[in-house]
Amino acid sequence: MDVLYFAWVRERIGVPRETVDSSAVTVSDLVKELSAREERYAMAFSDLSALRVAVDQELSDFDATLDGVREIAFFPPMTGG
Amino acid sequence: MRVVVQQEPFDFGAQADGFARGRQDSGAIVTFTGIVRDVDGGLQQMEIEHYAGMTEKALEAIANEAVTRWSLDDALVIHRHGVLKTGDMIMMVATAARHRKDAFEAAEFLMDFLKSRAPFWKREVTADNVGWVDARGEDEDALKRW
Repeated sequence: MDVLYFAWVRERIGVPRETVDSSAVTVSDLVKELSAREERYAMAFSDLSALRVAVDQELSDFDATLDGVREIAFFPPMTGG
Repeated sequence: MRVVVQQEPFDFGAQADGFARGRQDSGAIVTFTGIVRDVDGGLQQMEIEHYAGMTEKALEAIANEAVTRWSLDDALVIHRHGVLKTGDMIMMVATAARHRKDAFEAAEFLMDFLKSRAPFWKREVTADNVGWVDARGEDEDALKRW
């Protein structure tokens, strides 16, 4: 699946998007998997209360399952308007 | 209903006029526009990042909700991204309804939701600081009244 990062999450992880091969069942599982992989992920995901997640371009939550999901995005709370 | 996400400036007067003109059933048009304001230390520029693809979908969903809840005749949302300067217009909304109460309320609803439910992120650059704008608790609280 494609994993996208925005704003300071993108800056901490160092790339705007990447393709990730994962057997994670939920968003939380994916976060744990990435965090275990490298320090930059652990840094970006250290406080999940400061993060929002979108699954296939819809706002979602960390309990969401990843079955059939093509695109997942992590970002801080939005500041539009 | 029209939702536009663009980097280029928009002509507020022309957009408002085009939205209002020629209507037969709408007795009320409300417009709101957001402007980049200066900050302590002097804003050199504001950069707005967005999530292409999701942004349009999120704005359309918010606008559809407003049209349905207030029986609007029409709604318009324009939101820019990219590099902006102090005084530039960031975004605008316009609503058309039979009566002004619905037009005002729907415009406020649109503003409240696109502040914290549309995937935009603002970054401010001043002479000695660069930082992402934090979401404010009161913006999140504002959603609860709807």
